[in-house]
Amino acid sequence: MMILPVKVPRVSTLRQAARANQLMTAGALIVLLIAVVAVFAPLLVPYPADAGSATHPEIALQAPSAAHLFGTDQVGRDVFSRVLYGARVSPLVALFVLLIACAVGVPLGVAAGYFGGVPDDIIMRVTDVFLAFPPLLLSLAFVAVLPPSLTSLTIAIAITWWPWYARLIRGQAASVAGRPYVEACRALGIPRWRILLRHVLPNSVTPLIVQVSLDAGGVILTTSALSFLGLGAQDPVPEWGLMVAEGENYFTTQWWLVTYPGLAILLTALAFNLLGDGLRDMLDPRRLPAL
Amino acid sequence: MTRYVVRRVALALVVVAGVVILTFVIADVVPGDPAATWAGPHASAAQVARARQYLGLNEPLPVRIARYFGGILTGDWGISVHTHSPVLSDIGTAAPATLELVIAALLIATAAGIPLGLAAARWPGSILDHAIRIGSVLGVSMPVFWFALILQLVFADRLRLLPVAGQYDPNLMFSHPLLTRTQMPVVDSLISGNWPMLGSTLSHLILPALVVATYPAGVIARMTRAQVLDTLGETHVQMVRSLGFPERTVVGTFAMKLAWNPVAAVLALVFAYSLVNTFLVESVFDWPGLGSYAAASVTTLDTPAIVGVTLFIALVYVTCNLVVDLVQAALDPRIRLK
Repeated sequence: MMILPVKVPRVSTLRQAARANQLMTAGALIVLLIAVVAVFAPLLVPYPADAGSATHPEIALQAPSAAHLFGTDQVGRDVFSRVLYGARVSPLVALFVLLIACAVGVPLGVAAGYFGGVPDDIIMRVTDVFLAFPPLLLSLAFVAVLPPSLTSLTIAIAITWWPWYARLIRGQAASVAGRPYVEACRALGIPRWRILLRHVLPNSVTPLIVQVSLDAGGVILTTSALSFLGLGAQDPVPEWGLMVAEGENYFTTQWWLVTYPGLAILLTALAFNLLGDGLRDMLDPRRLPAL
Repeated sequence: MTRYVVRRVALALVVVAGVVILTFVIADVVPGDPAATWAGPHASAAQVARARQYLGLNEPLPVRIARYFGGILTGDWGISVHTHSPVLSDIGTAAPATLELVIAALLIATAAGIPLGLAAARWPGSILDHAIRIGSVLGVSMPVFWFALILQLVFADRLRLLPVAGQYDPNLMFSHPLLTRTQMPVVDSLISGNWPMLGSTLSHLILPALVVATYPAGVIARMTRAQVLDTLGETHVQMVRSLGFPERTVVGTFAMKLAWNPVAAVLALVFAYSLVNTFLVESVFDWPGLGSYAAASVTTLDTPAIVGVTLFIALVYVTCNLVVDLVQAALDPRIRLK
């Protein structure tokens, strides 16, 4: 008698989730790919010097070929190398913007939601004012009066983004603050900061995680849009929006200058939106799609 | 209802005051030294000091804020550095073109987004639903300035189906001159019965309007799908279904009826978003609206113009929000009694 190997079904929630939401998995994989490209860009790229100030006027504006997969730009730099290096610019700006926005918005939101009353009123009226501007508009106004650089850009976008998180966390914190376990903590005489840090905050962050992953795409779009207008990255930084702007003048004859950097923006924003969408469906199924 | 209206309007006024203060901060506090900027890069210390005196920067902050508020209220929004005319009159000249573009875009977005959202809600999980979902995520992930260039290259430059840029064919001005009444070429040629010009203006409007429509179309499709799916579970919709109405009517008429309210609210909000997206589209298509004005202001470091446009759009946005809230409260008592 033969003994058949018995297959033990492996319980893998990650795999189940991946199968349930293929779009989210695709988004997560692309995000991972972009992160790998960003980290290993110097090793992956054929002409690393072209991401910087190197110029080769003798091979300017060449069509895509085996030597230059995405062609060359107006000063002869390899567009493929610059597009891959671009994974180090806007996505990194987005990371810093979201970190700053959370660092400012979350404490204010928790404070407003937990304490209520006058601090809540003041913080919420301030967020009302910031939210009265479409995000791209307010960042544009701020960055336009600051010296153009990636640092100014990061600060300008972060200034417009924190109120969304303050709002979100405030709602969560206010509902958590009324729950019996928080009341129990208070009755036990646990200090306020400890209640906030150990009980209110951890129970409020799930929607924040969803929102941050959804916003990453929007921040990358904003970053590249402002750079396209000349307000963010400056040449020779290989920022995708700036590359589109620089290629605009040559576009009708040299289509590759605009097409590839733009595709990189689209792919990156798409990946984060798919990931965020999937996370929302998984973690927070009741909420409707946000703007 | 009166109490709700009063409270909501009061809140909007507080927000407007805050908006004005924030734009003051952008115009006056953030730039290192407005006097040095005003005097130019080669100015002497005496010239900068004179500029500071002229701009009133020596006065205390509260006085400056009060003066800024007064200017905003009396229509003195400053002088644009690059056009040398009052910012408010520049905005008045540029706004109609942008309004025409955004209205056309929202019409396209609604005409595409609502049927697609309904189809997705009627067959959830189907290939169609997935395709619509991917399409709408693509719409909100699209860098509009890039999409504008790509459409321009494909449809205007290569296929030669549509004009490259501008609002109408300037050659037509000789044979069929356009009378400007509203500053919106499509409307102007329509009310004056100028048919050749109407054809020209419409064909010039298509590409920029399509580009501006991508974002709202995605948002509207997703919102419609979510809202209709939500209402399909409600008992009165179930009842209509059990009465034997065809599924088409159940989804399209009965479920959609409840979904209209939130969808209309989203429409009003994406209106302001689309105004800002024109900043990235108009310059590509040489569309003489607020977006081109703002883009030109940015490249010339024209702070009064940038701040003016920012303030104007923020005021439009606050008004949209206010109108949405009031209309919703009028339609749905649950909101005003909350």
